Amino acid sequence: MQYKSQAVSKPYFIAAMGLFVAQILFGLIMGLQYVMGDFLFPHIPFNVARMVHTNALIVWLLMGFMGAAYYLIPEESETELFSPKLAIALFWIFLVAAALTVVGYLLVPYATLAKMTGNDLLPTMGREFLEQPLITKIGIVVVALAFLFNITMTVLKGRKTAINTVLLVGLWGLAIFFLFSFYNPHNVVRDKFYWWWVVHLWVEGVWELILGAILAFVLIKITGVDREVIEKWLYVIITLTLVTGILGTGHHYYWIGTPEYWQWFGSIFSALEPIPFFAMTLFAFNMVNRRRREHPNKAATLWALGTGVMAFLGAGVWGFLHTLAPVNFYTHGTQITAAHGHMAFYGAYVMVVITMISYAMPLMRGRAANSNKAQVVEMWGFWLMTIAMVFITLFLTAAGILQVWLQRVAASPMSFMDAQDQVSMFYWMREWSGVVFLIGLLVYIWSFFIPGEEKAKA
Amino acid sequence: MFYGGTIFFFLVFLGLTYNTEQVLPKRDNRAALADPAVVAGKKLWETNQCIGCHSLLGEGAYFAPELGNVYKRRGPEFIKAWIQAQPTGAPGRRQMPQFNLTDKQLDELVAFFKYVGEIDTAKWPPNIEG
Repeated sequence: MQYKSQAVSKPYFIAAMGLFVAQILFGLIMGLQYVMGDFLFPHIPFNVARMVHTNALIVWLLMGFMGAAYYLIPEESETELFSPKLAIALFWIFLVAAALTVVGYLLVPYATLAKMTGNDLLPTMGREFLEQPLITKIGIVVVALAFLFNITMTVLKGRKTAINTVLLVGLWGLAIFFLFSFYNPHNVVRDKFYWWWVVHLWVEGVWELILGAILAFVLIKITGVDREVIEKWLYVIITLTLVTGILGTGHHYYWIGTPEYWQWFGSIFSALEPIPFFAMTLFAFNMVNRRRREHPNKAATLWALGTGVMAFLGAGVWGFLHTLAPVNFYTHGTQITAAHGHMAFYGAYVMVVITMISYAMPLMRGRAANSNKAQVVEMWGFWLMTIAMVFITLFLTAAGILQVWLQRVAASPMSFMDAQDQVSMFYWMREWSGVVFLIGLLVYIWSFFIPGEEKAKA
Repeated sequence: MFYGGTIFFFLVFLGLTYNTEQVLPKRDNRAALADPAVVAGKKLWETNQCIGCHSLLGEGAYFAPELGNVYKRRGPEFIKAWIQAQPTGAPGRRQMPQFNLTDKQLDELVAFFKYVGEIDTAKWPPNIEG
């Protein structure tokens, strides 16, 4: 660690891991409710578990991005963070707001929560992923702006590199597009149209910039390859991302009442969206193959390579599977979407945050890398989680294909619930894969508690 | 390259958005929104977090049936009776909570489903089962 203030990212990473565990526990509850419908009913209905599952994911990824930015920006800018105190204060505000929101979801009926938190003033709640009460949404904006102020001031007083510039553009984009979450017209078609400006332009737009910048930073550090080479790759990747991803938004505009020309724009541009992810895979492997040093942190290298592969598979391949309009006509809103969502989020965003944590955490704890034993355990965590996620995705894909056939293609289509009964075997296998995922996550967290250090100097 | 490409495609995106807004009145059944019951129904849909289990025009959760075409599939009376009968309590079956809606609210929700059902969705879903 070169700058004292980089240490502010530590609480962000720890809280992110805590929320990750919560996310997976609620995921397992939901998975079980798919096959044992009345499990925990009425205490935790499926919709509540799902809000906790998805919102915890979003919050911990944001925590991870913020932690990554606080670690990366001072080192790239070659100066101390503008205000470490502000960063710590924001951490507590964000954590408490997130915790209160989850408690609200779990303890209060959603309609009551909406009334209590001023949803009548400006109704924004009850839309997928944007379920947060108005005050939480405002809190997110305040925290995001103060965070952006802090890191932007740091970059302005220090060195500007491609990496910190791309990260800043990505994070500013994240904050700006979140503002569309406050826009909720009565017209369902327009509501959905602009809802995607948050959801799609986040995960298939500006978040990829953040992903690229973090990956580039870690690759410079662990491979020692020239900055010029790495920054050139980064520029190519993010250019491809936005050139394909912005009009790729059209793949959400096929069946929601929007004009039918979106089927052409959406199909063509989103079919190109795997290209930047494939470039990312090549990028990670090329840089590691051309490494000019043997970094003692093997686990971080594994996570970086894993990000390249799994982001391509989950976002690229599984996205392409159902992105063409004639295919999507049958797959829209089925388990195929769920399969893609799981592997894409894990491969792209979960893994890049863990890559950063894996690289930075040992340094913040005063060592170049963890002991060999700790790294071996961490790699077990990597393989257990990654393989479990591959199987979750395969089982959901199988369930999805069967669902599409039974409910939408067969000569005498089944009702939704009848089709669900037919595919329950795959839901059971998904649930068991989820249990393996949880074990992998616990093994990964255990690796932090294995003492010792690798002596070699980074 | 990066800034040029991004700005160019974002401008194209804004242009298509503008055109979409011009075409929407012909497709999105906005005349129905003149009825305050439809607007109230949308708010009920949101504040009871229906999207947490169901999908609407294919978006949402995949735990319970698609409701964009539920008005056509089941009709108004069935929808109201079904919501009032929840939870079924059938062992092992997926359960829907009891939301204690008034008769007026049930009518508003049905008006909302009727409105959504008449949006031109390019013939999606493939059949009545959603």
